[in-house]
Amino acid sequence: MTKGFKIAFKAVIILLAVVIAFLMASVILWIIGADVSATFYTICLEPLTNMLHLSEVLIRAIPLCIIALGISVAYRSGIINIGAEGQMSIGLLAFTGVALAFPDVPRPLLLPLALLASVIGGGVWGFIPGILKAKLNVSELLSTVMLNYIAAQFYSLCLRTIYLDPAEQVYGTGTPQSMRLTDNVWLGRITGRLHYGIIIAIVLAVLVFLLMWKTSMGFKMRASGSGARAARYAGISVGFYVTVSMVISGAFAGLAGGVELAGVHRRAIEGITNNYGFSGVVVALFGGLHPFGIIPASFFFGLMIYGATLAPTKVGVPANIVQVMQGIIIIVIVTAQMVLSNDYFRDRVWRRIQSLRKKEA
Amino acid sequence: MEHISKRFPGVLASDDISISVGEGEVLALVGENGAGKTTLMNILMGLYQQDEGRILINDEEVHFKGPEDAFKAGLGMVHQTYMLVHNMTVTENIALGYKKAWKGIHLDMKKVRDKVVEVSEHYGLAVNPDAYIWQLSVGEQQKVELVKTLCLGARFLILDEPTSALTPQEVDELIVLLHRMTSELSIIFISHKLQEVKALSNKVTILRHGKVVFSGNTDDYSSEEIAAKMTGHEIILPKNNEKNENGETVLSIKDIVVKSDMDTAALDHLSLDIKAGEIVGLAGVSGNGQRELAEVINGLRKCESGSISFFGNEIQNKNAEDIIRHGMGYIPEERNTEGIVPGFSIKENFILKDSTSAPFAHSSIMNGKAIDENAESLIRKFDVRCPGINTAAGSLSGGNIQKVILAREIERKPKFLVAVYPTRGLDMGAVEFIHQKLLEIRKSGVGILLISEELDEIMDLSDRIAVIYKGSIQRVLDKAEATRENLGILMAGVKL
Amino acid sequence: MIDIITNMLSMCIPFSVALLLASTGEMFNQRAGVFNLGCEGVMAMGAFVGMLIPFLAGGGMRVSQWYNVLGFAAAAVLGALFGLFFGVITVTFRAPQGIAGIGLQMFGVGCAGTLFRHFVGGTQSIPGIPDVDIPLLSKIPVIGEIFFSHNAASYLAYIFIPVAWYILFRTPWGLKVRAAGTNPRAADSMGVNVSRTRYESLMVGGALAGLAGAYLSIAQAKMFSDTLISGRGFIAVALVYFGHWNPVKIMGGALLFTFAQTFQTVVQSFGISFPYELAVMLPYVLVIVVLAFTSRNDMSAPTSLGKPFNREIRT
Repeated sequence: MTKGFKIAFKAVIILLAVVIAFLMASVILWIIGADVSATFYTICLEPLTNMLHLSEVLIRAIPLCIIALGISVAYRSGIINIGAEGQMSIGLLAFTGVALAFPDVPRPLLLPLALLASVIGGGVWGFIPGILKAKLNVSELLSTVMLNYIAAQFYSLCLRTIYLDPAEQVYGTGTPQSMRLTDNVWLGRITGRLHYGIIIAIVLAVLVFLLMWKTSMGFKMRASGSGARAARYAGISVGFYVTVSMVISGAFAGLAGGVELAGVHRRAIEGITNNYGFSGVVVALFGGLHPFGIIPASFFFGLMIYGATLAPTKVGVPANIVQVMQGIIIIVIVTAQMVLSNDYFRDRVWRRIQSLRKKEA
Repeated sequence: MEHISKRFPGVLASDDISISVGEGEVLALVGENGAGKTTLMNILMGLYQQDEGRILINDEEVHFKGPEDAFKAGLGMVHQTYMLVHNMTVTENIALGYKKAWKGIHLDMKKVRDKVVEVSEHYGLAVNPDAYIWQLSVGEQQKVELVKTLCLGARFLILDEPTSALTPQEVDELIVLLHRMTSELSIIFISHKLQEVKALSNKVTILRHGKVVFSGNTDDYSSEEIAAKMTGHEIILPKNNEKNENGETVLSIKDIVVKSDMDTAALDHLSLDIKAGEIVGLAGVSGNGQRELAEVINGLRKCESGSISFFGNEIQNKNAEDIIRHGMGYIPEERNTEGIVPGFSIKENFILKDSTSAPFAHSSIMNGKAIDENAESLIRKFDVRCPGINTAAGSLSGGNIQKVILAREIERKPKFLVAVYPTRGLDMGAVEFIHQKLLEIRKSGVGILLISEELDEIMDLSDRIAVIYKGSIQRVLDKAEATRENLGILMAGVKL
Repeated sequence: MIDIITNMLSMCIPFSVALLLASTGEMFNQRAGVFNLGCEGVMAMGAFVGMLIPFLAGGGMRVSQWYNVLGFAAAAVLGALFGLFFGVITVTFRAPQGIAGIGLQMFGVGCAGTLFRHFVGGTQSIPGIPDVDIPLLSKIPVIGEIFFSHNAASYLAYIFIPVAWYILFRTPWGLKVRAAGTNPRAADSMGVNVSRTRYESLMVGGALAGLAGAYLSIAQAKMFSDTLISGRGFIAVALVYFGHWNPVKIMGGALLFTFAQTFQTVVQSFGISFPYELAVMLPYVLVIVVLAFTSRNDMSAPTSLGKPFNREIRT
């Protein structure tokens, strides 16, 4: 088998995957009678056309990037975290709690404290499925989903009761939201709504790279994920590292919540999580579970998510289309990966081509 | 079968092979592990499709799309790993292939059961049709496999390594049984054990690297001649001939009780002492607690009671990391899933147990250069055939994976080594290499617990031989007093 | 007090049907060795299509019951197609089932939401299907209300449980399914087409998940919304473990969880001073607790669950 063939094989499969993903999305768009090319233009290109749009794309990329980094750490350690949505909610609650409790503490102290609270909140919510998986072998896919629903209910309970804006109580419009948080917990903005959280995201990406590929702990975590049984036989306490990775993953999601609150919303309202937890899974996979792949991937998905918000008015396509596309992308990625790693299939294709050539000759 | 060829990625598993078997004949298909015997039989059964060549039955060409077609043509195969569904009963397992009982959506279980009883009585194969497979011993499961194949109407039987999990006495019984069957059946019988080949077959065909290297009548050749043809060159496996200088006891197991995964007693008050510089072979039919013993010594399984003393330290129920730090080396049973992390590169697998210690890491920061150098030197020293140190370990052949594990374990300079089935499924060259290495480290004063199902391997290498049966040690024999016969009797559970 | 309890119990049977059907479907998938986490998405699509047909026919007004039947049928067919699609991904291409299931879930939920906004728009209710009082039996006090005064679809779903048991344990197809999920290599050597069996069971499981979704929109909520399924698909997967891959035990589990769910309805309708959100959480908490205490040493478990089968790769 020649090297050229191997590269060509890979390229063809990837190209095929992209085409199939586009085709599947197009079919759905066709069913709802939308203009397919206009929709793709609105979602994927229009947001790039001016600075305001671009900064909106970036503020969506920030939480996606932070969450996806956490998910990649867990995924590499052998545990799939689809509970980032819930961990982010708990992070939001913790951040809001600190901000509401100490409004007068100066900013250099309060902002880090509130961010730390969000990290701890998310970490605790990640610890639960981690320890359940390590000790009792509970499927993290199910436990994290359940914890998402629990966190979502808990979040709205808090907004409706202890965090409720006093102004709402007086005027009684009934919107479950907190009061505007003290500016001592605000993250500064660069332009438009784009805030300094972008720096945090990039620094975290570098830290994750160093952790996973340059330290013993990262080595052990990757070993636990890649071959749990062999890692255990080599004296690595797999359960411990699985739990730790899940705590890290949860902490990242919690922090994403804190950053989002400090940089964008600055008061706890419904819908901040915005499905970022699930999108984060797609971003992590799309970025090849590597920090330096996740950065561009989060930009791409920030683009899609923002572009989808433009779609209802511009081309009359519901914003849910972004979820459809994300589903398709996950399916196509995991399928294409299997085809690429299937030596048997590649071998067969190679021999088929060889025999065709012989016939021609 | 004529001119059969079959290719797998990177290997030509069958290369222009032709064999033939007449009615009532017994053909022995011999060859080393990896010679392509099983692949060839899977082609015959329609499980694999050949790339080239054809199959003729009674001079008519046949095309099997799947095993069903082969059953219809009267072929039946007993695979080396038994093809039974453990959470179904014997009758259900047989019903799976017994299409005569499939009546639309209804399954006539009574009809299947009657057939099972009829066949087992006819051939004298006692099986309980209502037992679940997981309740049966290995020997009983083999009987179920035979009954299953016969129920499906086989007149031509293929047996893949039928004796590998049996005691020598059970092997004798099987040979008698098969002899009786030859009055009605033809048999192809895969083996790499020559005494069975001599005892059972009329004809022998030898495969090497996917090719037929020899065919002839069994009676015309001696075991030695066949052996020489099998490996292609004389390989005389090294033997442990030296006297053991009575080292001090380093591993002392006292009265341990350990549970299996199914919560049943796997080790039942087992005791065993091993000295420095000796190899103790653990003989026994697999499934009698060997896996659990290796795991409990290495801190991978809970010890319910009793004690394990290792250089004077109690190590029962310590975690694996601690025990490794005490100087334990371990070659686990499943080399692909327990010995290496398949997705990791070779160099990463070399440091699997040392990722936190110098020179590979300093205060938790990994030292890439030291890791590379270590890998380069080990690959050379242990002759690991691979494209480079960054190759995924899982993509190597079985023999090379075992070398990676051996290199890691030996270079860590262990004070003791537990080796479980270290040569299973390897070709003679690799076996020879591994045996030499084991004897070398024995000579350097390391105690070794060698768990194996190959009696030859145990008798070649051990200073003393312990026989395990149902989770306890039947007896420990000195090398001089051990014979195939008395080991076999002990393995079957009879106290001598 | 007795009224409240009778009320809760009488809700159990009709409210448990969706879980019951989806979980039985998932059981067939898992018995054949495929872990389908996309159940939630298939249910969403089933629910959407199920309500769409009677809605389009009547615009929210009363329609012939045949349109409801058609809604169920369309949901089943669509579910089977989703199962087929998941088969292509996980059986033919052998993609890892957990993450592929998440993809299918997103795809299904996303499609249902997108199509719903386009074809229906906002919240619209449909008349649904009426309750059927079984003559005589429904007149028994308390018992009659609890067991014999529900819609026809729920009776059919409960009748299906022994049928599912029979299919799994007494038919050749059930035998093939169990073998394919426990020891596919053995099944293969006996001439069972493992891939085909897995495809079939995925289609059956998908159809049942589609029916479960349609039941929610047609018979239970009488409407569709993005939050209609709200994790029932995932609970259904958890129930399969809880029920040890046995339809009868799964039925017990479905009833237990529904009882926990009815708690929120009781809180809501009887004005008990208890935070509504906590009542809604209850079933989700219960799932985690149950999973934590479900034994892992189960002889009936399909041991090849989640493992793709490839005849030519030797293990």
